[in-house]
Order: sequence, then structure tokens, then C-alpha cells
Amino acid sequence: MKNICFYFQVHQPMRLRPYRFFDIGTNHNYFDDTVNHEIMRKVAGKCYLPTNQLMLDLINEHKGHFKISYSISGVCLDQFEMYAQDVLESFKKLADTGCVEFMAETYSHSLAALASPDEFKAQVERHAKKIEELFGQKPTTFRNTELIYSDHIGTLVKELGYDTMLTEGADHILDWRSPNLMYENATGNGLKLLLKNYKLSDDMAFRFGAKEWEGWPLTADKFAGWINQTPWDEEIINLFMDYETFGEHQWEHTGIFDFLKHLPSAVLGQTDFRFVTPSEASSFMKPVAKLDVPNPMSWADEERDLTAWLGNNIQDDAFESLYRLEDKVKQVKDDKIKQDWLYLQTSDHFYYMCTKFWADGDVHKYFSHYDSPYDGFLNYMNVLVDFEEEVNKSLGIKIEEAEVKRSVSDRFKDLLPEGFKTDV
Amino acid sequence: MSEARKKKVLMFGWEFPPHISGGLGTACFGLTSGLIEHGMDVLFVVPKLFGKEDNDKFKFVSASDVEVNFSDDQFSENLKKISYLQIHSHIVPYVAPEEFLKRKDLDVQELVNNSKNSSAKFAFTGKYGKDLLDEVSKYAVVAMQVAKDQEFDIIHAHDWLTFPAAIMAKEISGKQLVVHIHATEFDRSGEHVNQDVYNLERRGIEAADRVVCVSRLTRRILIDKYGVAPDKVFVVHNGVVAKPKIVYPASKLPNRKIVTFLGRITFQKGPDYFVNAAKRLLTIMPDVHFVMAGSGDMHLQLIEKVAEMKMSSRFHFTGFLNFEETNALFGMTDIYVMPSVSEPFGITPLEAMRTGVPVIISKQSGVAEVLDNAVKIDFWDEQAVADAIQGLLEHPEIAKKLASNGSGEVEELKWEYAALKLKEIYLDLLKNK
Repeated sequence: MKNICFYFQVHQPMRLRPYRFFDIGTNHNYFDDTVNHEIMRKVAGKCYLPTNQLMLDLINEHKGHFKISYSISGVCLDQFEMYAQDVLESFKKLADTGCVEFMAETYSHSLAALASPDEFKAQVERHAKKIEELFGQKPTTFRNTELIYSDHIGTLVKELGYDTMLTEGADHILDWRSPNLMYENATGNGLKLLLKNYKLSDDMAFRFGAKEWEGWPLTADKFAGWINQTPWDEEIINLFMDYETFGEHQWEHTGIFDFLKHLPSAVLGQTDFRFVTPSEASSFMKPVAKLDVPNPMSWADEERDLTAWLGNNIQDDAFESLYRLEDKVKQVKDDKIKQDWLYLQTSDHFYYMCTKFWADGDVHKYFSHYDSPYDGFLNYMNVLVDFEEEVNKSLGIKIEEAEVKRSVSDRFKDLLPEGFKTDV
Repeated sequence: MSEARKKKVLMFGWEFPPHISGGLGTACFGLTSGLIEHGMDVLFVVPKLFGKEDNDKFKFVSASDVEVNFSDDQFSENLKKISYLQIHSHIVPYVAPEEFLKRKDLDVQELVNNSKNSSAKFAFTGKYGKDLLDEVSKYAVVAMQVAKDQEFDIIHAHDWLTFPAAIMAKEISGKQLVVHIHATEFDRSGEHVNQDVYNLERRGIEAADRVVCVSRLTRRILIDKYGVAPDKVFVVHNGVVAKPKIVYPASKLPNRKIVTFLGRITFQKGPDYFVNAAKRLLTIMPDVHFVMAGSGDMHLQLIEKVAEMKMSSRFHFTGFLNFEETNALFGMTDIYVMPSVSEPFGITPLEAMRTGVPVIISKQSGVAEVLDNAVKIDFWDEQAVADAIQGLLEHPEIAKKLASNGSGEVEELKWEYAALKLKEIYLDLLKNK
């Protein structure tokens, strides 16, 4: 018997409002409630509600044989609570079936693992607590933001008590090896790794509706046929994707819901595959090898690296400016500031600053509400300056009269007009 | 004084308040107001009236409303003379929107052939759009009709856009011409001058009986690079339009010091020197904030540079600011810096000074010639800029004295003085005729 592991990323960032230089010091509401509400309702209508209903129907129909897993970011859960209680209820119903696993991640879908182990751990703990409160299960599997993983991150995750982690089956890491097996962290700490089969995942998530694609139109039967071609010694196919694939990235008219509706019966009826959750897979599968990932990888873009979020000048300066505030924020008691701190860390803010494909207007543009990466950057920095002032205010920190490390009196005197020189 | 007819100036200018895009319109307003106060008549020809101009105080001709009668033989002869306007290369105007870089050309000969024995009006946007040269040419055609219809004593033209028009007016009327240089092509484009614009400037200057410019700096350029005879070119420094004092909102960052650059973000304004000076200062005073207000072709490049220097949390870009926002920014500003590489005059430091902000200005600006209460630096001397900022922040009493003396000094830079000088130049010309 072989296994299919479905995992869906459910995430919506708290988008910033247009925040101008002149807002600094006057407006401390950074997030665009109107837009965030609007987008949440739109995606709820097109994706979350109908897809959750379909998942529930499929789970009931297949009597425990159809299983799936989710990681829902904390910042998304907060927005469900604010704008989409109906969506939250439907996820709770799914949780009640016992066929759905909810995974842990950073609360704000952040890049904290790359900046600060302390902040990373604090966010993971906060998220796990939230998941347990809402869905009654304590997460045992970890999925980092956008499947970002490295040996070092694996160490942090293991230290937090997780035995299994999801990441990308990137070519540059696997080389000739297959993603359809279980691997483990390179340091020997025993952290098990499930790798995304990006070929089959992306057939569903990216190529499904593309008429120019040779696989089009993709049916459940055809997909089952592809799965059947998996070599005999490979054990698991990990289909990892954005949940918004259903109805949002792939619109309803592409037939994505029909495909999903028929997929479980096609797989269960025409193949020797069964559905498993990540923790189930982890319970009976043994790692075949250690996976060396010295530099962080992700599931984004061709490069499968971090360059969607970090690496250009504006991304790096924004990121460093943010985490320079960490020590101060840690001392703050104010809840609003703490929450803003979380939401400002969401990876999407840095994604909007990506200049890689700016000229081509590609997938990055689709996911950004800014006209250019520079607009996104300047907007973010304005917010961050106000945030820094708010942190200082909250801690009672006054900016001292400039502490002068060297005096310029002599040279300054030379620069002054006549009539002023004697004043120095 | 006898009741002799007032002397009348036929003045060509591309913009007039409130519809302006830069200092040129403000200068046209100040000079015209001043001339009127000094008892002269001014008929101001704009490409287009936008409807909010002060028609009680000023007399306008809108080129868009003038019907040109081509049956006049004198016109068709003169039209041939502006065939040089058929320019087939790309031209950068002084307010430089990128769209302008491509345009189709007006074939003047075609116009003459098709319009004979008929009359026509021309549409103008009055902006600096992609059809700017087209409009410059049409404006020159309209100028003939204006010169024929109107009574006047002397012609005055502001910057190259209006030079072809002024030349036509001179051809038709035989009146003397004063051209006014607010900025040369060298100020706008550095050493990469647009040859066609330069040629238009030269034609205007050569056709002129007197050349007026806004600073000794510009006069030097006109003599050195345009070959103007020194005794033909006169300096009339700009003034400042008197405005009621505005009360500015208190700083939004109460504990922070703010150092401001405000202007087009383009090579000639020296914005990169400002960025480098900021870097030098931040290593010493890490909590000073810098603001770069404006837009321009170096905008993105400098955002990148500031980020690369890891200063983005202390260096802010506001984008283009309107009048109220500019005032609000000055209200927050502790020090204003204008590190221009080449600035024929430079009105913004005066605006800053009037609001009580001490200024640091480059010696390579015309305004440095008229100001005493300012710190003057060479634009390239980033360390001096950093030292001056640090010194002013360390010595608030000096900053305060510079600011208060400065705002008094600015009040004395009046357009009426500039206009009086201009009137003397006119009268001298008319006397010699």
C-alpha cells in the first residue's frame, strides 16, 4: 500500500493601508481593515466555504478513507475570527471528523526562523496554542512559512518538540533522489522530513486550468493514472499546495471542484494508494537518508530559495530594520504593539518588495496590491518608523539630545557666514 | 508725470499661476506683478488659460483662442523661416516627463501649403507633454497673429519654449526683444545637452536685443557656452512672492531632528550628495531623520542606494508633494539642504527660510549670490554638509539665529525690485532705439 499526503496552506496576510510619510506620528492603525475584510469575504466565498464543504462531504462519503491536512496561519485565523466566523466553523467541523490534521507554524507566517530563534519559538508556541484552542488538537507536525527549511531550522523545530516537518522536494537538494520517500534532518536529531512532489502538486495547483499545457484537461482518472506510474519502491506522494488553489487561483469554471470531487474515488478505486495525514505517515515510515540543506530552501519560484522575500537591497534593509526592534519589543507590555509586531513580520510584506520579476509582471504581481515593489517598501518603512516611535513611547524611551562622538566646532565655524563665526 | 501712454510689454511665457509646474510660472507672476506696480502694461501670452487666472489684475492672451489668418503674405514668408523647428531628434524639456521623449514633428511647409487663404486656431495643452515641440511651433505661428493685432512697445520671452514665438513677433512688429533665461540647457542636462534645445536657445539669444538671466552663475554660462557678448547680458535675481505667514503644524516626530531635501530627484539637484552626507552623519548621530521629497529620474535608484546603505529606517521618501504638504514638511523640518550641482537660481531654500528653517545651500546656485544668512557648501563636499548639519544640531542657538535673520532677509527679496531692474533695461533699450 502506498500513500498520498494532502497538505494545504491557508493564509491571508494583514495587508497594510496606504501609509504616507505624513501619517507617521499621527496614525497608528497600520492595517487596511476594509481591504482585508473584502479579500477575506471574497476568498471565503470562492474558496474556503465551498472547498471546506466539499472536503467534509468527501470525508463523510469515504468513511474515514479520505484524509487531509492544513496549516492555517495565526494571522489568517485572526481574520477568520474578525471577518469570517462561518469559515472558522467549517474548519472546526472538519477537525471533528478525525480525518484532518492541523499543523503548527509561525503565528504570523513569518520569516522569524531566519532572524531570531527566540522569536521563532515564541511564535510557534503561540500558534500551537491557538490551534489547540480552536480545533482541539495539539499539533505534532511542523510546516514552516512557505516550506522554508534548512538544517538549522530543522534543529530549532526539533527542539520545539516536533518530530515531523514538511518541506520542498527541491531538485537542487534531491539531485537524482526521489521526493516520494521519507528523509531526515542532516544533523541526526531524528526530525523526519516529508518532501513535496512539486511535479504532481503543481499539475494541480498551477497548470490545472492552462489550456496550452499538454496535460490539459486534467481529470481525476488521468491523475490516478499518473500516480500509478510511481516506481514500486517509492512510498508516498506529498501533494502540498495553497488551499486557495480551489476556486481562487484556479477558478470554478476550470473544473477544479469537479476534479477534487472525483479524485478520492479515482485514487481509492484505481490505484493501490491510500490517503494519510503527515503524522500518520511519520508514525509508520522510516527515513531512507539524511538530507543536507545547509542553505534555506522554499517552495517559491524556479529558484526554490529565499529570493522571493529576501536578498535585494530593499527587502534586506526592511527585514533588518524590523528585527533591530526585537529586543525593545520584547519589553513592551502593550497588547496592540505586540500584535502589530506579529503582523508586521508576515512574509508577504517582503514578498511585495521582490524585484526579481517586476518587469515581467508575473505571479508576484498577482499577489501584490502595490503598483511596484518600491511602493510596497516605502509604505512598509513609513509604518515601521511609526511603530518604532510607538515602541519607544511605550517604554518611555526618549531620544537623547544627540550624543556627540566627535565635535565639529572648528570645521563648522569655517562653514558659517560672517557674523556667526564668533557664536561657535 | 505726464499722462503719456504706459509702455506696454508683449510677454511670452509657457505657464502662469495658479497653473504652474515649477519656478518659471512663479517668476512670470512675480515679474509681471512688479512691472504693473511700476506703471507698465503687460500683455501675457500663454498657450492656454486654465480658468483660474487673475483676469482682473493681469491681461492675458490665450494662444488657444487666437485665429491665425494665413492669407497674410507676411505670414507665409515668415513661416518658412521657422522651418528649423522641424526637429527630428528627441528633446528633453525642463520639466521632464518620460513620455515626452518620443514625438512626431510638425512639418511647417505642409502647414503653409494647406492653410493658404484660410484661417485656423490651434489647440494647446499648455503642458510639457509628448507634443511639446509641436506646441512650441504652433505657439510661434500664433505669435505672428498676436504681434499683428496688438499694440506694444517691447517683447519679452521666458525660456526657450517661447523663443520661436518671440522671434516671429519681432519679425512681424519690428519691436525689440528681451529674452529671459531662467535655466539653460546645461543646467537641465549637465554636459549631455540636447543639441536642438541648445540651438533654439541660441537662436533666441542671438535674435534678442538684451538677454536677462537669474544669476551671475547663469550669466557666466551664457558668456562661456552661448557666446553672448558680456555687455548684452544682465543679471536680475529672482524675488519671493509675498505671502501671508502660515502657521505650521508641530513636528510629528517630536523627539527627532529632521533634515530635508526638497526638489526634483535628478542629477542636477545633487540628491545623491545628500544621501552620502546622510550616511556620514548617521554614523555619528544615528537618530537623525532625513527626508527626500519630490520625484524624478533618480528616485528608484536612490531608494535602492539608501537601502543598500541600510538607512531606510532613518531616510524617508515622500514622493511628489503638493503645496500644503510642502508647507507641512517645512513645519517639521529642522534643517533644509539644497546640494544642487547647478542651480540657475533656486527658490526652494527661500521658501524654507521664510518658514523659519535654517538652510544649507550649494555655492553652485544662483540663490547663494543673494543670501547672507545661509551655510554655503560646495555640492560635492559631502563631509562639509554632514559637518554643517551636525554643527547646526549641536548649536541650536546658531541655527535659530540663522533662521530668524534668514526669514527677515527673504522678506527683502522682493519681485518689485527685480521688476524695477527689468524696467530699467526696457527703458534703456527703448531710449537707444
